[in-house]
Amino acid sequence: MRKTETCAESRIPDGVPYVPHTAGDVAGMLETIGVTSLDELFVQVPEDLRRRAVLNLPGPAAEPAVRARLESLAAQNRVAGAVSFAGCGAYPHWVPEVVNVLLMRGEFATAYTPYQPEVSQGTLQATFEFQSLVAMLLGLEVANASMYDGASAAAEAVLMAHRVRPDRRVVWISRAVHPQYRQVIATYIGSLDLECRDLPVASDGRTDLSGFSVDVAREAACVVLGFPNAFGVLDDVRMAAETARAGGALVVTTTTEPLAFGLCVPPGVLGADIAAGEGQSLGLPMSYGGPGVGLFAIREQLVRHMPGRVVGATVDAEGRRGYVLTLATREQHIRRERATSNICTNQALCALGVTMYLSLLGRRGLRDLALLNYRKAHRVATRLAAAGARLRFTAPFFNEFVVEVRDARARWEDLASHGVLAGVPLDTWYPELGDCLLIAVTEIHQPHDIDRLVGELLP
Amino acid sequence: MLLDEPLIFERSSAGRCGWPIPAADDSDAAVEPLPGELTRDDLTGFPELGELDVVRHFTRLSQWNFCAATTLYPLGSCTMKYNPLLNEGLARLPGFAQLHPLAPAAWAQGAMRLYAELSRALAEISGMDAVTLEPAAGAQGELTGMLMIRAYHRDRGDVRRKVLIPASAHGTNPASSALCGYEVMEIPVNERGLLTAAAVRGLMRSDVAALMVTNPNTLGCFEEEILRVAAEVHAGGGLVYMDGANLNALMGVAKPGHMGVDVIHFNLHKTFSTPHGGGGPGAGPVAVRAEIEPYLPIPRLAEVGGRLEWREDRPRSIGRVRSFYGNFGVLVRAYAYMLSMGGSGLAWATRMAVLNANYLRARLAPTYEVAVPTPSMHECVFSDKSLGGTGVRTLDVAKRLLDHGFYAPTIYFPLVVSGALMIEPTETENRETLDAFADALLAIAVEARENPDRVRSAPLQARVGRLDETRAARHPELAWRAPRRESVPEPSAPSRSG
Repeated sequence: MRKTETCAESRIPDGVPYVPHTAGDVAGMLETIGVTSLDELFVQVPEDLRRRAVLNLPGPAAEPAVRARLESLAAQNRVAGAVSFAGCGAYPHWVPEVVNVLLMRGEFATAYTPYQPEVSQGTLQATFEFQSLVAMLLGLEVANASMYDGASAAAEAVLMAHRVRPDRRVVWISRAVHPQYRQVIATYIGSLDLECRDLPVASDGRTDLSGFSVDVAREAACVVLGFPNAFGVLDDVRMAAETARAGGALVVTTTTEPLAFGLCVPPGVLGADIAAGEGQSLGLPMSYGGPGVGLFAIREQLVRHMPGRVVGATVDAEGRRGYVLTLATREQHIRRERATSNICTNQALCALGVTMYLSLLGRRGLRDLALLNYRKAHRVATRLAAAGARLRFTAPFFNEFVVEVRDARARWEDLASHGVLAGVPLDTWYPELGDCLLIAVTEIHQPHDIDRLVGELLP
Repeated sequence: MLLDEPLIFERSSAGRCGWPIPAADDSDAAVEPLPGELTRDDLTGFPELGELDVVRHFTRLSQWNFCAATTLYPLGSCTMKYNPLLNEGLARLPGFAQLHPLAPAAWAQGAMRLYAELSRALAEISGMDAVTLEPAAGAQGELTGMLMIRAYHRDRGDVRRKVLIPASAHGTNPASSALCGYEVMEIPVNERGLLTAAAVRGLMRSDVAALMVTNPNTLGCFEEEILRVAAEVHAGGGLVYMDGANLNALMGVAKPGHMGVDVIHFNLHKTFSTPHGGGGPGAGPVAVRAEIEPYLPIPRLAEVGGRLEWREDRPRSIGRVRSFYGNFGVLVRAYAYMLSMGGSGLAWATRMAVLNANYLRARLAPTYEVAVPTPSMHECVFSDKSLGGTGVRTLDVAKRLLDHGFYAPTIYFPLVVSGALMIEPTETENRETLDAFADALLAIAVEARENPDRVRSAPLQARVGRLDETRAARHPELAWRAPRRESVPEPSAPSRSG
């Protein structure tokens, strides 16, 4: 039999980690199988494909070399010694070491979908706790086990609204919803027969709802508002909800900074039917934008339209309490093309991190941290205004705000070259805010960081 | 001994806090409070525990889980290989963990370089031309791929409404297609469980946009006619989407790009060792042939004079599918894994994965009925035929395996096999583990004949017995409810805790 030129025949290549087989193992196993060579296990693969399959990649690397390479790459990112006031969908917060260390437990990290609930109660109970905490945080009754991120959660919320109101083809989305969330919503609904209409931004930073009348709401599947919105502003969800309700449309809110709800009234209380959001702020590192966790909470009457996995409480034959994946008839593995979503793997370990974080901070910590963020951000806004960078919007905000700075992008780039990230420039998304910077202030910012920001931005 | 543990809310005691927050530092400057109607007055129900209580709570919960770090977790098509601990520390390097996604390019060259190198490695492994790392999971990768296929056809003024999918496909395949507005048409497989060019020819029409194929398929068998199948799809003007969940069987053996595949997604949490996390986070990168490259989601990495930057000026892109750039922390782990293994290591991993699956098949086939006579690659599937007459079902076998200390294989999937038992050991299992697993399954087969009641009442040694899933669905209890009264909850008296 002709030997193929694949790059690893039966010889064990040098230095390959994690694969335990010895030559003796291989020989013995081949004998049990009843073949004489490894190649015989691939006879059904066309010869031509096998011949061309050589992987043109470097050879294995031992741990010290891998570490050296990754550390070198990490060092090429400007983090140490840098000062950053960037938010806009990813927020720098203290991450308790407890969360970090507990998430590394193999029992959590290396388990998978709890199809065998009897031996997955750790994951299942923790997920039930996550669902409970998210529902409580967002002021609604039911939450799922997670979505990928805030943006896809927002998109799935719109899809869900369309399922609840299938006769309605219009979706209203505020321009003050995070620009990337609006992009992802557009991608997700692009193949459906839905029309997306914009609600403009009012001069105070909230959504201009004047065009969203009850008549308009009657044609709409939903209205989508940010809360806080892309400018850090607390939008008027209550007013939008009154109109939407009267017209039979659903209210969807999106949140990039859920820490706000340690202090601010949550969207469910203001009338949201579906609250989507990004949970990264709650105990997860920014990690260049992912993995985070999509939060998704709803009014319980809508549960059969909800996407994503959900865990429910039940009992075993002895009456012992336990938890199981439930309502699976909504999901892809049962309903296939008629599923509410295609989501399978979600962000379970990240959701667990959020659960641990909220458990650790708890009732008092959540309130205190939210207050700390609120106060710090407002003091910085006042200082910047006094130094010449006016607050652009007058509506209430949590820990993020927009200031006017002449030649905003140029100033931003200049400061960046000196190791200070003065928030995020808004010109690419909002041309009318070309001379504006979006600044986020959290508990991590120390007085000397703030002095540097003010001093260098407005010398 | 597993210790009991109530819900975190039931562990609360009023006034406790696990992480005290320091007061604001410059408290002389007064701040206008939030308007009353926007202020939250009620955080009732949030946990109130000390730090040690929180640590004990989650530590105990963790001890109730089986996981790949404690035992064989042979879920078919999930590739539960070892998750290298090295990569946990590397993903947590501050230079990665603390990097803001909207930092200027000059601040993120290391992260972007990692992106670029990982993309190139995936292109090389798959034999494709361009890669996006943005999708957060396999299903999102499928959605991305199908959206690109849709955009490709629309660009050519071609409205095609149907997608061909075999009944053995993972449920996400039809679900993802439906999300793109496609109508799913089932394509039959032959008696060996394989797709045939004849079957495709029979269904391929001008309204068929694509064929979604998994190779090896969910029966663990290589689609021998893949080249002819792809040719038939292309002849009809369609595209071939490959679900790359089973890539662990192909590295260094066959490249999808040579099979006529136009679009393929990867599961980094399967083939590339990133941890499954109890249900994510994963990552579902997508690779395409050059012709499909313009449709890739934004942003795209571009290199200008040795410097990397993100670009959104891509007029034919399907748009953005996720915020920022993808599950970056997961990408770091996959990248480190690929460096560790190298090309020869990945090819060896595939060969040992296939060896392991075939070894299990050889040990089990005399007793359990193999689903199809076709050779297995990295996973093997058995039906429940051998259990006939015992009253024991596949579900019972799975539960009894738990008592032997193994996680059960995937059951009842693919749907085309009666009582399917889908076993994927992966290459990181040693021979002794495989033998112990085979021994357990063989013992259960004997027990199914001699003591079927015992098998049917399994698991007997887990923390809980079989749970009432009917009750969970009929009377959904999906969240803990805070007690109505504002009162100090009674300290719970758990049964066996300290």
